[in-house]
Amino acid sequence: MAETSGDRGFREGAVAVVPMAVAVFGFGLSYGVLARAAGMGGVAPVVMSITTFAGSAQFAAASVLQAGGAAATAALSALMLNARYLPIGVTVAPWLRGSIWSRLLHAHLTVDESWVIAAEGTGRWNPRVLLAAGMGIWIAWVLGTIGGVVFGDVIGDPARLGLDAAFPALFLALLVPQLRSTERTTQVAGLRIGAPPPVIAALLGAAIALTLTPFTPAGVPIVAAGAACLIGLRRRP
Amino acid sequence: MSTVWVVVIVSGVGTLALKAAGPVLFGGKQLPDRFTGVVGLLGPALLAALVAIGTFADGQHLVLDGRVLGVGAAAAAIRFRAPVLVVVIIAAAVTATARAIAG
Repeated sequence: MAETSGDRGFREGAVAVVPMAVAVFGFGLSYGVLARAAGMGGVAPVVMSITTFAGSAQFAAASVLQAGGAAATAALSALMLNARYLPIGVTVAPWLRGSIWSRLLHAHLTVDESWVIAAEGTGRWNPRVLLAAGMGIWIAWVLGTIGGVVFGDVIGDPARLGLDAAFPALFLALLVPQLRSTERTTQVAGLRIGAPPPVIAALLGAAIALTLTPFTPAGVPIVAAGAACLIGLRRRP
Repeated sequence: MSTVWVVVIVSGVGTLALKAAGPVLFGGKQLPDRFTGVVGLLGPALLAALVAIGTFADGQHLVLDGRVLGVGAAAAAIRFRAPVLVVVIIAAAVTATARAIAG
């Protein structure tokens, strides 16, 4: 597997994930506080962090429950926000060659942050880095949730601490290194645009997401934005 | 069973199904050449959408609030090659300060 998945290993993944794990611990704290305030109790939010393991989806489910929404609405909004993991799973699949249990473990540990850290560029992913980074994020997320549930009264309102803005800031820090490309122009629908394909995909993705936000349930705009990657579709030879 | 536990179980099972569908069905198999350019662009498209929504969306409404200043400050920090953790802390601190001033 080494010749196709780069030179980085488990250790490199574990080192690369540390700064993000610290940030994710902070998000876990704020999730624990909000979930408890939403009436989810102390145990359910922690079990959800262990099993669902997806930040934005868990925040969405908690906010629906807090607003008195039905179980189906809360679960559906969480799954909508996680729908992006279907195409994300397809991108890492070629590099996961272990047993079914190994593939399930790697799939569970695939979140935005570990997926980005494990990317080797040109559509390749490193499974050892994915495993290490995913474990680091998972531990931080679960411990953060426990901390938030237990110490919620001390922490207070996470919005007052600006933690909701830390979320997009982390994604922006993950996005910027992905904007580099060896190609300087993008061919879209017969037009040649003077910007690299990742920049066009990012701008298009953001535009789709913001345009759909007022009209669709949460999660739909993000999945639809993923369609911007289709500008990279090669013509059939 | 209580509403909360139904949500926990359905979202846990559903999320794993979404994440694992690709690896279980296509594990170890290479995608057709036509799609190699596509998978490399999914990251930028999804991350940009998450940045845009996280900065401007409040439920189904688009709003301008303290987060814009926080994420703007984060962008400047990224421009000057600040470490990820510093970027995140700057975003939170600027947003919290803006909210404190605005009351």
